[in-house]
Amino acid sequence: MQKIVPANIRDIQDGPRKSISRPPTFIEKHCNSVFGWATYFFAWLTVLLVLYIVCIIAIQAAPAIRDYGLGFITGTTWDANTHQYGVLPEIWGTMYSSLLALVIGSLFGVAVAVFLSEHFLSSFVFSIEKLFGVQFHSFWGKLPDKFEQILKNLIELLAAIPSVVYGLWGIFFVIPLIRPVCDWLNTNLGWIPIFNTTLSGPGMLPASIVLAIMILPTVSAISLNALLAVPPKLREASYGLGATRWETILAILIPTASKGIFGSIILAFGRALGETMALAMLVGNANVISWSLFSPANTLAALLANNFPEAGPKEVGVLMFAALILLAITLFVNMIGAFILQKASTPNEGAR
Amino acid sequence: MTDIVTSVPVPSNKIDSDIVIDSGELEKSLRRPRTAFNYIMSSLTTLVTIIALIPLFSVVLMLVVRGGQRLSLGLFTQLPPAAFEHGGGFGNAIVGTLVMVGVAALISVPFGILSATYLAEVAPYSRLSNVVRMCGKILTGFPSILAGVFAYGSVVLVTGGFSAIAGGIALSILMLPTVILTAEEAIHMVPAKIREAALGMGATQMQTVWMVLLPTAFPGILTGVMLAVARAAGETAPLLFTALFSNYWLISGGRLDLMQPTSSLAVLIYNFSAMPFQNQIELAWAAALILVLVVLTVNLIGQSLSRK
Repeated sequence: MQKIVPANIRDIQDGPRKSISRPPTFIEKHCNSVFGWATYFFAWLTVLLVLYIVCIIAIQAAPAIRDYGLGFITGTTWDANTHQYGVLPEIWGTMYSSLLALVIGSLFGVAVAVFLSEHFLSSFVFSIEKLFGVQFHSFWGKLPDKFEQILKNLIELLAAIPSVVYGLWGIFFVIPLIRPVCDWLNTNLGWIPIFNTTLSGPGMLPASIVLAIMILPTVSAISLNALLAVPPKLREASYGLGATRWETILAILIPTASKGIFGSIILAFGRALGETMALAMLVGNANVISWSLFSPANTLAALLANNFPEAGPKEVGVLMFAALILLAITLFVNMIGAFILQKASTPNEGAR
Repeated sequence: MTDIVTSVPVPSNKIDSDIVIDSGELEKSLRRPRTAFNYIMSSLTTLVTIIALIPLFSVVLMLVVRGGQRLSLGLFTQLPPAAFEHGGGFGNAIVGTLVMVGVAALISVPFGILSATYLAEVAPYSRLSNVVRMCGKILTGFPSILAGVFAYGSVVLVTGGFSAIAGGIALSILMLPTVILTAEEAIHMVPAKIREAALGMGATQMQTVWMVLLPTAFPGILTGVMLAVARAAGETAPLLFTALFSNYWLISGGRLDLMQPTSSLAVLIYNFSAMPFQNQIELAWAAALILVLVVLTVNLIGQSLSRK
């Protein structure tokens, strides 16, 4: 057994003890500076990568830009045999499907965010447990929070399912499900422009529904953060004045969190614009500009996905031009979304 | 009695005559529009949340029912069938997905962790860091198909053919922002005391990062990597015209050839779902079941790591 002796006495006994603290050696110093430069290099590389991506696409698109110019954006035919290319139907389809998805997805997403942030589920479970008098039990008492966590995870899992699986599900579940409804709407309300064609399988509506499901988690996750960031005093003050739960939500919480919610909707819009697979499988790939929800259409991303694998060198350049347009639109929308969210994260007026 | 009343500073009878408090006003009754509105909105929100969850359960149910009936060991060992053939599997697609996600992880993980180290430790407040963070956010919202377009322009056109490498590079661009942003967050979460103790002992910055910060932040970084891997495994769009598809094994003649067209689960689902043959559609469902199982498992493992 070793005797425990104070350090200073031990030093006298066995000479100075070797400390684990020492200045860095020559090699360590140089390794460190190499390491510092390496991180600096990789940080720059991230920036350069983004620039390189834009450059590659722009350079490849340059010949097509020279040949077609602005007429490419306003043209409506896509024919590789006669070398006539135009992406107006694709731009229209991209915007139309994304906006439709956005309307459905943000409505549902914000509702889910309110449901989660106002603890509807846990208070419901709590009130049921109260009937049995077990709300403070060591096991049952934890249940409300657990349920809410599970619900949050389930909503997040919606985002984890690959888009190609959603496409497959859309083909074999959504289209057969909505077809009778669409046929009924077309025969009875066909005079309204949005119902004036029949759903022949793939079309704008099934694509937008699936797209809405895919952007819902984005909207709900970011809106939830914005709603949770509303200072509790505002909520309590509103309840204290006698407002009901929904008067508080509509008049206090949502206006206070509106910047965050708006930012989440813009980011979701950016995501919807760039989404490829679900649309390529469900939208029908037809160069049509139509208001009808049931008519097949096309989007920029779906156009790229369908035509790239078999494209000749000439068509590749044209497709690169289409990719450049898609890049410009999504970059623009995403930057606006990020900017709004950055503004939203600054503290609220009146809450100070 | 009168003495007591006059001793109260505010004459109560005067107030009663001016302000009539209707106690019914304070009651919570469903007949009042305010309360009724409250209940209607609450039920609507509950309904909407339930509807929002239907797709998840519907997808899982359909995968289990339609994919489950085709599930067998042969799926993992056989090659995709030709048009009118029966049976078959997608062993090569599973290998292809694993290889390409592996290539993507090999590129994006060291790259991402080193730039995250710069952001979190070397120069957190420099102008470059802000620009890098912005680039990370831009890449997060970057459409996946454009990663494929980029890899086509920079790899496929240069090397002259579709390859697993091109697919891996396209996927790595999609993994990179997730790795950078979560690794930065994880390194930030390491308590300042631990970091300062290491520096105070005379450790160089590299030793602090390598022996203290990264091991402490490891669960958080691993979460980010897992989420990125789960996302990359399910991506189809960037692989369509970088890795293309193939009906053959990636390993030919006993060695791995990464410079040839490669199949992946996601592209297989896309290609087979459009075919008019029952056998191919069944295979697409089985592949989707396996893909979702893998993606959800990796996702859940990743999330559980960060919660500890």
